Amino acid sequence: MSAPVITVTHGAVGYDGRPVLRDVSLTVATGEVVAVLGANGSGKSTLIRAVLGLVPLAAGSVTLFDTPQRRFRQWHRIGYVPQRLGAGSGVPATVREVVASGRLARRGVLRPPGRADRAAVDAALRAVGLADRAGDPVATLSGGQQQRTLIARALAGEPELLVLDEPTAGVDATSQEAFAGALHDFVAGGGTVLLVAHELGPLRPLISRAVVVHQGGICHDGPVPEPAGHHAEPDHDHVHPHGPDEPAGLWSN
Amino acid sequence: MELFQYPYMQRALIAALVIGLAAPALGIYLVQRRLALVGDGIGHVALTGVGAGLLFNRSPVLVAVVAATLGAVAIELVRARGRTSGDLALALLFYGGIAGGVMLVGLSDATSANLNAYLFGSLTTIFPRDLATIAILGVVIGVVMLGLRPALFAICHDEEYARVSGLPVRTLNLLLAVATAVTVTIAMQAVGVLLISALMVVPVAAAQQVTRGFRSTMTAAMALGLFAAGAGVWVAATANTAPGASVVLLAIASFLVVALGAAGWRLLRRRAAPAAVPAPEPHEVVLR
Repeated sequence: MSAPVITVTHGAVGYDGRPVLRDVSLTVATGEVVAVLGANGSGKSTLIRAVLGLVPLAAGSVTLFDTPQRRFRQWHRIGYVPQRLGAGSGVPATVREVVASGRLARRGVLRPPGRADRAAVDAALRAVGLADRAGDPVATLSGGQQQRTLIARALAGEPELLVLDEPTAGVDATSQEAFAGALHDFVAGGGTVLLVAHELGPLRPLISRAVVVHQGGICHDGPVPEPAGHHAEPDHDHVHPHGPDEPAGLWSN
Repeated sequence: MELFQYPYMQRALIAALVIGLAAPALGIYLVQRRLALVGDGIGHVALTGVGAGLLFNRSPVLVAVVAATLGAVAIELVRARGRTSGDLALALLFYGGIAGGVMLVGLSDATSANLNAYLFGSLTTIFPRDLATIAILGVVIGVVMLGLRPALFAICHDEEYARVSGLPVRTLNLLLAVATAVTVTIAMQAVGVLLISALMVVPVAAAQQVTRGFRSTMTAAMALGLFAAGAGVWVAATANTAPGASVVLLAIASFLVVALGAAGWRLLRRRAAPAAVPAPEPHEVVLR
């Protein structure tokens, strides 16, 4: 088995004393593509936010590339794709400008961008099919194109590990295909992926392992579960209004 | 133009131009963070520093820098916590600042003319030593804001992403807070505490009516700030109006001209090409 990229050992997370994740252990090895599945509010986004150190652990530990997360400094090895662009900024920014901030992890704060930076930004824009929109303001893009911008930003840093939070949620079919293609190329180049998803769609053939989070714990770790009942129909809309208090049984095995 | 033969008018013009360049260079980050009015609040806090300086016979500007820096760092700490009570904490800081300033000025021997100079600016009473301070600090602010643009853009655009990129987010946030305090205090002498935010925000608001990217917005905002400052001082000298108010009114006028011009341009283009009706985008979510 190849070296672990992410190791979560007995991790627990709580917001304001309310437990969201309890005793979660997870290992992602080099070259794996792991999907974290689960209903809305199950704690799956919290899991990857804890891996990245965006929410503090109440108990347990996280190790990134064999380094305890607290002492981890090689952030350029990780590309993070948030669920959506922050609340939206007050000043216009072009697609290229947003993607270029993905180079900062590699370049540092003080060094001005050089030729290698520009080449990496160009390559990332091409990988997600947005090269022709590079000069357009991000705010004029569709939701799917904005999502692809964020993926390009992560790819621009030439990371070894991609961590994605619901990359395909509410994204049009064209963007999903473009995204699946970019992810395929990334994995073919030896990259590791941890992604949170509500539905896998065109990503499904890429996934090597699925982890199902239910009520703050991991209830399945293995092959991608088959959709059942009307969930299996090709035109089924995955819109789940239920939260953490849904009756047990849906994901339990 | 003969007024500009006098050294005090030359100093007023140079100070205004430096501030006209530096204030939007900083203000664009505040606008991006949707903290457009924070400069106003820090100005209020700076007024307490002015009052304390006048009362204890220390340089009002120097004490104001200290007070504004403390206020800016306090606001940054409240913001970083991200609690809903932050709104109220800011209000307390702002009104405490201006009330404290008015009270301390009242306690000192200073006249109401002194207070007015800090409330509304007093470009024509800038001494050579003040000008040196304004010029040096203004250039430092401009260089730092331009030089660190990629990093500052990243933390203002998407702070969580910047943290995962390993950027020193807290240090950069504090740097921005201190730079805001310094800009507020040097701009205070030009346009006054009550009009500071205008110079930081209005050129940015005007520029982004026509720009597409962050860098072009920053360049255009600095150019507009420079224009408003220079033209404002000239108007004040020829028409004998208050310099600070003239600068701000010219900035707002340029905003209106740019906004109306951009709207007219869009209307003309739509008239010219009426056939291009964009296809509706597919629904991204299904609401039930």
